[in-house]
Order: sequence, then structure tokens, then C-alpha cells
Amino acid sequence: MLRLIKIEFQKLWLNKVSLVLIFISFILPFTVLILSSIKINFFGFFTLELGELGIFNFPIIWHITTFFASYFKFFFAIVVVSMIGNEYSNKTLKQNLIDGLSKKEFILSKFYTIVFFSLCATVLIGAATFLIGMYYSSYTEATIIFREVEFLLAYFVKLVGFFSLCLFFGMLVKRSAFALAFLVVLYIVEWLIFWAAVYVSGTVETAFKIKGFLPLESMYNLINQPIQRIVMTKFPEKTDIMYDYAVHWYEIAIVLGWTALFVFLSFQLLKKRDL
Amino acid sequence: MEPILTINNLTKKFGYLTAVKNLSFTINKGNVYGILGPNGSGKSTTLGIVLNVVNKTHGDFHWFDGNTSTHDALKQVGAIIERPNFYPYMTAEQNLKLVCRIKGVDRSKIEEKLAVVGLLDRKDHKFRTYSLGMKQRLAIASALLNDPEILILDEPTNGLDPQGIHQIRQIIKDIAANGTTILLASHLLDEVEKVCSHVVVLRKGEKLYAGRVDEMINSHGFFELKSEKHQELIGLLELHSNIGKIKVEGELITAFLNEPMSASDFNKLMFDKGILLSHLVKRKESLEEQFLQLTDNQ
Repeated sequence: MLRLIKIEFQKLWLNKVSLVLIFISFILPFTVLILSSIKINFFGFFTLELGELGIFNFPIIWHITTFFASYFKFFFAIVVVSMIGNEYSNKTLKQNLIDGLSKKEFILSKFYTIVFFSLCATVLIGAATFLIGMYYSSYTEATIIFREVEFLLAYFVKLVGFFSLCLFFGMLVKRSAFALAFLVVLYIVEWLIFWAAVYVSGTVETAFKIKGFLPLESMYNLINQPIQRIVMTKFPEKTDIMYDYAVHWYEIAIVLGWTALFVFLSFQLLKKRDL
Repeated sequence: MEPILTINNLTKKFGYLTAVKNLSFTINKGNVYGILGPNGSGKSTTLGIVLNVVNKTHGDFHWFDGNTSTHDALKQVGAIIERPNFYPYMTAEQNLKLVCRIKGVDRSKIEEKLAVVGLLDRKDHKFRTYSLGMKQRLAIASALLNDPEILILDEPTNGLDPQGIHQIRQIIKDIAANGTTILLASHLLDEVEKVCSHVVVLRKGEKLYAGRVDEMINSHGFFELKSEKHQELIGLLELHSNIGKIKVEGELITAFLNEPMSASDFNKLMFDKGILLSHLVKRKESLEEQFLQLTDNQ
């Protein structure tokens, strides 16, 4: 396993483009996080301090940081599709196999790298969230701090699932740009299925339940948008805006199911293909 | 003899096209093999199958004694297929380090193998700055990293200039002299003739011949003759039982042998009959002539 990760890391580390993208995907969320946590004074007119809104309070901070940080996954998604696309365009995939890497090992080296990267991103976001929370949060008892730490797990699963999807698209179309386009197509297809479900079942609720089983929606469902929740804390008397933002075991199970399927299909594609 | 690669009734179909048809042959340790055939005769497909990048349709093959999986066997094989494939953004040394990681061999060999192909002074240059000849030499260095039991080369001189071709051939000869088994696929006959002891001849995916180069066709060679007494010589040759076909081109007479006969015996015979030869050469058919004869016959 270590050998496979080392192989993939050498390929990524020495490629300037992927190196830059990896750094962006790590550093950008931090910059945003840190900028948003400092007090910004607009030339004495007014000061903007997001901390005062209570969004850096435990436990809601876990929800907010993981939600916004997950948008930066697109940078690493480019790395994932290009690490497949480049192997095809340089024909190094063929050479790797001839040199004695099995097709299974090839896919696993990509998947391990995805897991490793997701793990790093989760640990970093976890650490940063903890520190900022400790600084700003009004409550610092251990039970409150770690109450919604499952958002970190959801973040990790979401990243692994999304990158596995990218891996599969990369294997399917062999070209990085087309693979990214496929993500957009999938997004549209999921909405088409949603509207078809609305038409058939007649209720939006059932349609959302069906959409919840589709890859992109199931990943989104892991960490629902936190804005409504912030509003809820401000106006606790308005019960009509209540919604279910928690991380459920079945949401994780669906995404893990898709992940397993994408990795398996990638392997099958490679196995069937004549290079 | 120790077998290195055994192929049994291998078939590969691409849709309606049969690229390799019922192919069987064995590669033994220590010989230099050539796979000969025109473009599109299934050479690369066959190599692709045994190297695990093309899926076979029927038949089977096994490496070594048959107890090694293809995946493990490939770590003891060095192979280059068609074009040299490396990561353009890595230097030669970095590319070879990656190959070491894949094959699970020590990095200490990198310098030694780069020296073998004469690229040591360019090891820190990026692969994309290399000329085609240098790329091909790097590919050979990469294939040699694990001190392979067998080196497989598919059209190694394709697209190179005469100097590059010469360099690659010299490297191949040096490697063969060290006792490494080599399998060389090529459509260039003189290339195979110069380096190989055994050949497998393919046409449209079918095997026409497998065996030693010099036993490819049943031939005892031929004489090229010239004499002042042109007509008398032809008359004598037509009567002689050892001589089969006769071909006359101007002054030059080519007489093909049915039975083995040495040039000195023939010379003595002619002298006894009162014919003085001004030109006598005994030759065997070149690989090209043999190859054309073989592919025409069937």
C-alpha cells in the first residue's frame, strides 16, 4: 500500500500543475477561514466581525466550516481527472502495466491517494476549526465542543465519494476536460430525474427522497447548507423554517456504496480495455 | 532448455478482424528471437497480450515454468512497446526511479544502466527535451533496470536516423552478448538477420515459421557463376543431378542446389570438364529472399 501511494505521489509531486492545484485546494480554504475569523475594519465606518454572528460557536462551527470548505474540493477534482487523463495521453498507463504494475494496483494507487488526500484535508480542517472555535466560541465545555464532530466524518466521506466519482469519469472518457464536463452533465441528469420523479409521484418530498440516492445529491445531503440553521438560531420562534441538517448513518452508507461502485467500475473498465 | 515464454493457440479478435490466429511458440532461455512480419501481421498484438495490456480472446500463455503469475513475471521482464512512454515533466533519473518503485528493485542500478545506453550526462534533463533516439535509449535503460530474464523490444529502431539505428543495434548486440534472452519484433529483415538466431514469421496473425534463422527454408544454397564458355556451362549444369533450378541474367548464371555440394568440389568438376570459371560464389539465401519465398509460397 505504501509502495502504491509513493508511486502516485511521485507522479503528482513532480508535476507543477497538479502541485499548484493541490496547494490551492489546501491553502485556499484556510485563507478564507482565517480571513473570515479576523475583525475587518472598513476605514472606521463599520467593523465586520463574523465571529459576532455566533457562527464560530461550538457546535455549529463544525457544520459551517465543513460545508464551505467542501467547495474547494473542485481544485483537487481537477487533479484527480488529470492524473487519469495524463496517464492515457502520455501512454504511461500502458508502460506502467508493462513494467509490472497490475491493473488492480493501478486503480488502487489512485484510490489510496484520494483517501490519503481526503484524510489530510479532514485533519487540517478539523484542527483549524477546533482552534478558531476555541478562540471565538462562547461555550468551551468538552461535551459541547465535540457534539457535532460527525460533520468531520461526513466531510471525509463526501471528499472520498466525490473524488472516486471523478476517478470513474476519468477512466471512462480518458480526457480530463471531458471528465469534468461529465460532472456537469451528471448534475443536470440528477435534476431531470428529480423532475421526472415529481411528475410521476406528484410530490416534491418523494422526488427529493429519490434524488437523495443519486451520487451528487447524496454527497450534498451529507452536509446540508448551514445558512438556514444560522437563521434558525436567530429566530427560534419560527418553526416553519426547521429542517433536518444532521448527518445520518444512511446518508453515509449511500455515499460509501457509490464510492465502492465507482472504484469497482473503474477497475472493470481498465480490465476490459485493450491499451 | 529452459522455457521463458510459452504461447498455446493464442487468438485475438478485434471485432470482425482476427489480429492473431491460433498462434503457438516457445521462447527458450539464452537465444535471440525475432518476430518477423509485415505491418499489421499481429506482432505488437501478440506482445501486448503476453505483457498484460491487451486481453486475449482464446488460448493461453504462461511465463517461465507456468507457476508464476503474469503480474509477478513482468517484474522479471524488460519491455518496450512501439514508442518510449515516460512522464514528460520528469527527468530521466526521476522516470527511472518511478520504474524502480513499480518493479520493486533497488535504485542503485539507475546510474549503471544510464551509462550502458550513454545517457549518464543527460540524466538531470527533462524527458520532453530528449530527441527520439535518446528517448528510445532511455526506454532500453528502463527495460534493463531489473536485469531482466528477457528483453522484449517492439520495433526499437522505428523512426530513428541511421546513427540512432546503429547505436540501438550495438546496444542490443552488447546485451545479447551478456546472455540475456531477447525477443525482437520488427518488419526490418536485415535488422533481424543481424542480431537474431531464431525467428517466428507471422502473416495476417498466422505463424508461417518458427525455428532457427538458417533453417527457415529447405535450401542448400546456390552458386553464382560466370565463364567464357557460357552455353557449355549451362548445358553441363542442366545435366548435373545436384543442380536444380537455373537462372540466367546476362553473363551471370545462378544455379540452385538440390543436394549439398561444396564450392571446391564444383570447381574441380568444372575444371575436369574443361570449363574455366571466371566467377564462382557459393551463397545462402538472405533472410529477405527466404522471407519472400516463405510468404509467397503460402
